[in-house]
Amino acid sequence: MRIATLCGMGFGTSMMLKLFIEEILKAEGIKAEVIPWDLGSFKGQQADIIVAPVDMESHMKSTQSRVVLIKNLVDKAEIKEKVLQAIKDMNAP
Amino acid sequence: MSENRDQNHFDLKDLISLDTVRSKKSPSSWEEAVEQVGELLVNAGKVKPAYINAMKRVFKEMGPYAVIAPGIVLLHASPDDGVLSPSVGLITLSNPIEFGHSENDPVDIVIAFGAIDKHAHIAALKALAELLADHCYLQKIRSAQTDRDLLHAIVDEF
Repeated sequence: MRIATLCGMGFGTSMMLKLFIEEILKAEGIKAEVIPWDLGSFKGQQADIIVAPVDMESHMKSTQSRVVLIKNLVDKAEIKEKVLQAIKDMNAP
Repeated sequence: MSENRDQNHFDLKDLISLDTVRSKKSPSSWEEAVEQVGELLVNAGKVKPAYINAMKRVFKEMGPYAVIAPGIVLLHASPDDGVLSPSVGLITLSNPIEFGHSENDPVDIVIAFGAIDKHAHIAALKALAELLADHCYLQKIRSAQTDRDLLHAIVDEF
């Protein structure tokens, strides 16, 4: 499973999100590849789930991936709830 | 190019100092807030003056997603915009300012960081993120009345 985190430049928020998500997945025993993307380079790349800050919605209108929007990027509870829900939705028959 | 960069591995304490934090500033616009935090990094020799305009440009181009949590904006531009060494600047505002985010405005904690590549500052960024995730620390940061108290609120937990 491939999870991408998105931010404007790949230096800050996508990295932070990646670190938090990796922690959450580890605690849940879920294996996934977590990749930080930036707006400039993500078109044409594939991921099952894209995690992005809520104001980036407009950049992702044409994607086929499952999109998770986060209001508070340092709220681990919000990230955990939304990411785990997206994974569950993906795996649902 | 080696992926092992332990000698370039920075902790939050390495990137933030009394020179790069200010408490209770009163900018009258988001641009002025960016200038105020940016100037700390310029005066500390961490970034070139052009980095300030770069951060404003990035913020305008990308949209207000940089307001990553209620009241907190995390600004940065690219290493090519004039970062001399990795650094983090933080100012708290006595009057919160709108940065244009649909949910997380107004802002009273303005953070600027300069990265030299995608790796060296990651431990520090994670430490900062952990700090910002904790309401007790946010409260200490927000209630610091002097620069020194603010610095202690940020680094004393490490």
